[in-house]
Amino acid sequence: MTARTIQAHTVDEQTGSGRVVRVNGPLVEVEGLDKVAVLDVVEVGHAGLAAEVVSVRRGLVTAQVYEYTGGLRVGDPATGRGHPLSARLGPGLLGGIFDGLLRPLAGRPRWLTPGSLQQVGEARPWRFIPATSPGSDVGPGDILGTVPTPSGVDHRVLIPVGMTGRVEWVAGNDDVDEDAPVAVVDGRQVTLTELWPVRTGRPMRTRLELSEPLLTGQRVVDLLFPIAKGATAAVPGGFGTGKTVLLQQLVKWCEADVVVFVGCGERGNELADALADLGEIEDPRTGRSLLERTVVIANTSNMPVMAREASIYTGMTVAEFYRDMGYDVVLLADSTSRWAEALREFSSRSGELPAEEGYPAGLASALAAFYERAGRVTTLGGKEGSVTAIGAVSPPGGDMTEPVTAHTERFVRCLWSLDRDLAYARHYPAITWRRSFSRDAQVVGAWHASAGRPEWARARARAVALLAEADRLAPMVELVGLSALPGRERMVMLAGRLLREAVLQQSAQSANDATCTPAKQTALLELVLAVYDRCLALIDAGDRAGVVEEFDLSGVIRVRDEVGPDDAAGVERRRDEVLALLESQI
Amino acid sequence: MTAEAEPVPLVPLEYCGVREAEGPLVVVEGVEGVGFDEFATVRLTTGELRRGLVLEVHRDVAVVQVLQGTAGIDPATVTVAFEGRPFEIPVGEGWLGRVWNGMGEPLDGGPPMLSAVTRPVAGSPLNPTAREVPRDPILTGISVIDALTTLVRGQKLPVFSSAGLPHFELAAQIAAQANIAGEPFKVVVVAMGITHTDATAMRDALEPRAEAGELALFLDTADDPVVQRILAPRVALTVAEHLAFDLGHHVLVILADMTSYCEAVREVSAARGEVPGRRAYPGYLYSDLASLYERCGRIRGCAGSVTQVPVLTMPAADITHPVPDLTGYITEGQIVLSPDVHGSGVYPPVDVLGSLSRLMRKGVGEGRTRGDHLAIAAQLVAALARARQVRDLADLIGTTALTETDRQYLSFADTFSSVLVAQGTAESRSLEDTLARAWLVASELPRRELTMLSAADIAAYYSEDETDPASDPTAFDPAPSDPRTERSAADPVIETGERDVRA
Repeated sequence: MTARTIQAHTVDEQTGSGRVVRVNGPLVEVEGLDKVAVLDVVEVGHAGLAAEVVSVRRGLVTAQVYEYTGGLRVGDPATGRGHPLSARLGPGLLGGIFDGLLRPLAGRPRWLTPGSLQQVGEARPWRFIPATSPGSDVGPGDILGTVPTPSGVDHRVLIPVGMTGRVEWVAGNDDVDEDAPVAVVDGRQVTLTELWPVRTGRPMRTRLELSEPLLTGQRVVDLLFPIAKGATAAVPGGFGTGKTVLLQQLVKWCEADVVVFVGCGERGNELADALADLGEIEDPRTGRSLLERTVVIANTSNMPVMAREASIYTGMTVAEFYRDMGYDVVLLADSTSRWAEALREFSSRSGELPAEEGYPAGLASALAAFYERAGRVTTLGGKEGSVTAIGAVSPPGGDMTEPVTAHTERFVRCLWSLDRDLAYARHYPAITWRRSFSRDAQVVGAWHASAGRPEWARARARAVALLAEADRLAPMVELVGLSALPGRERMVMLAGRLLREAVLQQSAQSANDATCTPAKQTALLELVLAVYDRCLALIDAGDRAGVVEEFDLSGVIRVRDEVGPDDAAGVERRRDEVLALLESQI
Repeated sequence: MTAEAEPVPLVPLEYCGVREAEGPLVVVEGVEGVGFDEFATVRLTTGELRRGLVLEVHRDVAVVQVLQGTAGIDPATVTVAFEGRPFEIPVGEGWLGRVWNGMGEPLDGGPPMLSAVTRPVAGSPLNPTAREVPRDPILTGISVIDALTTLVRGQKLPVFSSAGLPHFELAAQIAAQANIAGEPFKVVVVAMGITHTDATAMRDALEPRAEAGELALFLDTADDPVVQRILAPRVALTVAEHLAFDLGHHVLVILADMTSYCEAVREVSAARGEVPGRRAYPGYLYSDLASLYERCGRIRGCAGSVTQVPVLTMPAADITHPVPDLTGYITEGQIVLSPDVHGSGVYPPVDVLGSLSRLMRKGVGEGRTRGDHLAIAAQLVAALARARQVRDLADLIGTTALTETDRQYLSFADTFSSVLVAQGTAESRSLEDTLARAWLVASELPRRELTMLSAADIAAYYSEDETDPASDPTAFDPAPSDPRTERSAADPVIETGERDVRA
């Protein structure tokens, strides 16, 4: 990257004009443009459709257009804009819904028609509360002031990257127009909004070690495959395995200050559903709707393909923007496979030599670079912030060896694989313990211990071992039947079933169980382990495995739905009842 | 940005510089001002007119995809005119009650469709913020669908089938029976690449609906030009969108067979020499399919809805084949038909474990169908998954070695198939009947196994009589006044018998 792109910029100027000579879907070739660099924005056609330069060869500029190109003709004008594809960052992002180029979708017509990059919402005034005064020395990332938002997450206006000096003037506590200056630093104006090139990561002071979990309220994640704040996770799953529902659960319940959700080439109805849900659910911390702490970037599968390619970078840029204000941000991208397909579609049209399955050779490095933009950092202004990146992967035919899945696995810290057999049996979330991993489990175990739950790591280890043991025995049971196994092994099978049904299964629709606090999670796990231990003791006292198996343990399974999301005491009461019943009836 | 669009000549210029004609494509040289994806007319010396779409413009060369193919085209004599606009069709209620070909030309001897209002068939993407969440059911009168994979207004729910299975019968039955009580309901059926026999059967099955003026039928048979198939679903969906979002109808669109459509897309891609992806389908097949499947839903402030039931045959019954795979990633669930179930003589041969309706959780329940609907559906499917494992075990060790509970699961699976699934091709069941059957099936299992049902629902609907599947389901019917339920109680047994004889 050149120095030019590392700076935030507010300049948008015309640089030369040319003529379209070829149109093939989103690929356009232009002649006669001078002073144009790779990745610069070019506007083509009479409607000024936004495009991005992918190559310049002897005066012939190849660009990918972010809109439908129907009607675009040879000879149509093309204009360079002199800057790379940039997102307009400022207050008004939270609670908003945008397309892949961060243009607001609300207020646009029912049927989307191609348009230019300049289609932004109305510039509206915001209340600005200064946090600094004239005469103070500031540097990049320092807080200039705040803009209060209904979400409770204050929008912090920062000194832009690359600007150091003395504050000469700062606006008072007043309503300020989006594009009007709020301060003058060393002779330069600072506005509420800035443009940032989406393909360039926003700078930070240092990266920090991961230290605490991102609680998601989903037991299989928090208990078995926990993720730390600032880490990365991938969710591969074939269709019908509940990927989207899981991601929506994470959007709703994960413990983040800001959530950026990138609907990248997915279904329109689902997005409408997620938006409606987010609007209805109350954020337990602020009492406001969850939508107000969320930025939604929607590029559904029928919207222009190349904007889908840009959308995950746009989303990451927005996430970094809030990270720099000192927030814990979660970025969810559904689905990175659709993004990769957009890459493939374009590289195929531009005649690039295909690598695996037609994907461009740069796929793996592009994926790695994307996930590397996540992390827990000290910002330029000295605050702590994090971006946790979670990407869904949609392997064709459920084939986990296909390029996008195979490469993604290498670059992420957590893998939550969704399993079709579990989904068929309506075991949701269908995250399989066989093909998932978390490299953050140790860090999270230490955090639990320091939070007064030293037993967490041990209970987790027992659960993992029991699930593996039950899986090892399962093929044998299929061959010889459960009754042919020794009593202790039969109890392992019982414990495996209880772990799956009483702990790991969690219904997104349940009023009580859609989310679950660490206390209730641990209580449920301890409940199953206690029942298992008691059953083992009963077996050892006399081999009555058949009797124990026929015993009605549905109370153990139902309790997750019957008590509230934080009601660990309720789970413990159920444990005592079930243990007493086991004692008295067997 | 600044200049206005150049004026388009009133009479299109006809170009005769055709350089190549191959497969579905002609390449024209010496053109000027031709736009991408523009509509073109190809004139043969015989006077025959063919339609085409511009796939690429490169300096003075345009690549045109001819919808009726290039058979009989002599590059030296053929002329091509560019219309300066995309392909548009007239829209309105005139499409209903008639039979058309894939390009919207009459097949029933009637006049062509005329209307003052026209729309481009490519459509425009719907602003996601304008979408209304689909949350009301469409009842098909088919128990296994209504009970377990309920179709929701605005949903796209495909039928995945294999060669030799009765998917066209099922599609025709859905098209004939689907309704929403008390609201205008229209059906648009587009048959792509199907045989004349299937086309005739479908036409006959839908006769009553066509006579009532509720059906627009687009027939593109297997011997029609392949490329025309690319246009057929777009024509049909354009008609449907207008009926739904401008005229306020609820519209169900049946697209069969999507595999034929995808093959047409592949044929054009191959002719253009594009880099092939999985199974030689082009890399953009996902986006192409999405541009069709996403043309459904509900819109805020509009009374109507577009619901899609695409039907596709999985080549070699392979669900990982790109066509079902990409479809499954875009659509909201799937109804899978199984050769095994078909072999056992049950119609409709739905593989319940592989089938799913993603929008069902919002579309059923109190005030829509019934409060216990979602829970009983989830319980039946989970129990069926367990029953299947037990069946595998029983095959190995025999039923006598099974536990008592396991044996109850086996008898549950049998009752499930005979009481709930099996149904006649012309039989339409009420929702009350369907749910009563569902509970009758669940009652084959002891209460302790029904962990997904609330105690209140079990108290209300569970039947203590576990051993007699032939017992009258109306006994726990909350609406026993419906005369249909009385009659249909005995139907499944007879129906199964009939199918055995035919097989």
